Amino acid sequence: MTISLNGEWPWYVAGPLIGLFVPALLIAGNKVFGISSNLRHLCAAIAPGKVEQFRYDWKQSGLWNLVFLSGVLIGGFLAAHSAAAHAIAISPATKALLSQQGIHDFSGLAPRELFSWSALLTLRGFVSIVVGGFLVGFGTAYAGGCTSGHAISGLANFQLPSLIAVFGFFAGGLLATYFILPYLIGVL
Amino acid sequence: MTTPSNIEYQECGAGSMTVVRPGYLPLYLLLGVAFGYVLTRSEVLSWFRIQEMFHFQSFRMFGIIGSAVLTAALSLALIKRFGLKSISGEKISIPAKHLGSGIRYAAGGTLFGLGWALTGACPGPLFALIGAGVPVLIVAVASALAGTWIYGWLRLRLPH
Repeated sequence: MTISLNGEWPWYVAGPLIGLFVPALLIAGNKVFGISSNLRHLCAAIAPGKVEQFRYDWKQSGLWNLVFLSGVLIGGFLAAHSAAAHAIAISPATKALLSQQGIHDFSGLAPRELFSWSALLTLRGFVSIVVGGFLVGFGTAYAGGCTSGHAISGLANFQLPSLIAVFGFFAGGLLATYFILPYLIGVL
Repeated sequence: MTTPSNIEYQECGAGSMTVVRPGYLPLYLLLGVAFGYVLTRSEVLSWFRIQEMFHFQSFRMFGIIGSAVLTAALSLALIKRFGLKSISGEKISIPAKHLGSGIRYAAGGTLFGLGWALTGACPGPLFALIGAGVPVLIVAVASALAGTWIYGWLRLRLPH
């Protein structure tokens, strides 16, 4: 088994490494792994307004997680700058399908046709970035967690609410993949 | 029947309410850096990988999520079996999630799923991607904050 210095890690290396963040945070300070509560902490820190849900001492309950989150940003930077840039080696079938739908730039982590400053002013870029971002924030707050909190921490702890949430994640993802994206990508 | 008003704003990423002493914060920074690094090198933050997953055209993402859950579950079983304490000496315990009617998990989960496929990223990856060279996702984060804020504002009027 080798972890190449360049290129992606195999799934059986990546998955267990991600899973280990659950015990790591518990051992560090009895903290439950979950990223999306940071969005709430940021709301509380930046603009609590008159919303009761954002009027709490975010430094007491959330500073550790916000510090963790800033680390995530730094980690992304380090990873992108330590490995040689390469195209994501997705399956030929997916590549063919996406090309057919209108994606032609396969060189980055995300297609530049949708995720760039100039794309932001197009319908498909706006929906991908702004509408998608809004749904991520609203949906995770409503569901009380995201992929880390529900799909990993929650399922690992056999929580029924998390299982329902994960079914929801896939239902929503499949809806967008089959009924929104094929039409959206083709629109300039 | 639970009414929204007696449902606390339940969240993941919580756990013990014990305040982390400032001396321990660098540890969380280091863990965060490691997590961002793993997210990037494993490519789970890539829009392309998410599309490949939702089209069921590769086992990769399912293998990653499945083995992550398995590793976390085995770790939790060991922690419980040996009654481990955190390095600050606290007994490790994970609060159970409150089911209620379950609507919040189904509806909120589906809305998040739509956003996951559209942005190609969940919250952790959004931040890792900003660091990894897709700076326009700062706009997605701002929009996600707006979404979270609107939820907080509407919360008492939504079914949970």
